[in-house]
Amino acid sequence: MAVIEIKNLCKNYDNFSAVSDVSFSIQEGEIVGLLGPNGAGKTTTINMILGILEPASGEINVFGKSLKHHRTEILQKMNFAAVYAHLPANLTILQNLKVFGHLYGVKNLNDKIKNLLKDFDLEKFKNHKAGSLSSGELSRLNLAKAIMNDPQLILLDEPTASLDPSISKHIRELIKGYVERTKTAVLWTSHNMKEIEEVCDRVMFLAHGKIILSGNPKTLAKEYGKKDLEELFITVAREPLSLKEE
Amino acid sequence: MRSNPVRFINIFTWTIFDIIQWGFITKYLGGFGGAVFSAVTVILGSIVLWGFMSRIQQGIMSSFLEDIWSQNFINFFASPLKVKEYLLGLILTSVVTSAIALMATFLLAILVFGYNILVLGLYILPFLFILFIFGVAMGLFITGLIFRLGPSAEWLGWPIPMIMSIFVGVFYPISVLPHALQMVSKALPPSYVFESIRMIIAGNYNIWGNLSAAFLLALVYLFVTYLIFLRVYYRNLKTGAITRFNAEAV
Repeated sequence: MAVIEIKNLCKNYDNFSAVSDVSFSIQEGEIVGLLGPNGAGKTTTINMILGILEPASGEINVFGKSLKHHRTEILQKMNFAAVYAHLPANLTILQNLKVFGHLYGVKNLNDKIKNLLKDFDLEKFKNHKAGSLSSGELSRLNLAKAIMNDPQLILLDEPTASLDPSISKHIRELIKGYVERTKTAVLWTSHNMKEIEEVCDRVMFLAHGKIILSGNPKTLAKEYGKKDLEELFITVAREPLSLKEE
Repeated sequence: MRSNPVRFINIFTWTIFDIIQWGFITKYLGGFGGAVFSAVTVILGSIVLWGFMSRIQQGIMSSFLEDIWSQNFINFFASPLKVKEYLLGLILTSVVTSAIALMATFLLAILVFGYNILVLGLYILPFLFILFIFGVAMGLFITGLIFRLGPSAEWLGWPIPMIMSIFVGVFYPISVLPHALQMVSKALPPSYVFESIRMIIAGNYNIWGNLSAAFLLALVYLFVTYLIFLRVYYRNLKTGAITRFNAEAV
């Protein structure tokens, strides 16, 4: 059974169609990349899956249940990290993890936090306020918060944006290692094509709110006669209609 | 609050300033004679209670604004937290800060001006309860307004206690107001509380009609403002306002 199944999802704002008839699913242990130029509808799609934006039409089923009717139950078993969703800057790392641990109903919270601090190399910063952390440390904190409830589905909206290559690689390794151990499903958006090629099992390209391409990130570019995923991305961004419609 | 002393001081600042100012005003006016003196001591007690209600309202609003300013909104609303649980969190935070401010103003009134609000006896409990419910209702209302209109709408919230104090009889009996404004007073639960305080000081303890009316009215306001907030929340889910709440919504 798919962890998440999206069917004919649409979202309109006045006369503008932000997401148009999008359908996809993600299986257990699968990391799926959701790619597209700015304004393609990636964050809109993620926000609808998080339940903070109501679709105009379509279905979102997570863990076999409708998000519309089982929102609290579903959100208990999923989590997310996004570059634009800051954790409270005035709270320390430890306080932030405690607050969100309670929000997600995490059992044995103190032990969980201890392990997270160790796994994400945040122990020495645990009493530092989130507002004083570097981008890399903040990203690690966001990810620690994103996995603290042992989610079965994680949404990552540009988790390594503005990070240097070394920290980005470390973050990718953390996530990949976590997915291998737990078989969590992941939906990952990014503008870093090398990163997507490295971590994703499958990618989908969004343009003007529609999925126009999907496939294996290692072979998809060649299927469309492009050198690499970055070149394919540029074509999607500039001439989406020149590519095959799905 | 532990990490930032300025936030802690903020709990007390305005209510303590009010007590000091009105304490000295009542001391001055008290020098004019006995009958005037008992009237003005009502004012200091009313200031303490009005400060409590204002603190409840502004506490809810401030906590909500903190979440917006810290760009933490999405984290809360994308979690399993339900809307009513979120609102309860805002209310509980406000209760704690208001209780601390209330104790501080009680002590200040006693120690500096020799005024003990407990002269009202156990009647103070229903007074506080009604003002608490109405303060929560006003807090929810202005929070809903900010949620609908954006962070700049906070400036609609700060003057509410001052504007409302004109109508609810904090400083003078409702009978002083023109008839048309008295009709507004009758629609506001705190009016009945402050009129009841004046009745008790004058030796008339037949206040249960007033308090029942105030309590029912306060519950109505609470119910309506909760519904308003929910309506705004569901509207914002449709429009996507929750996801882009740092921008102006109007």
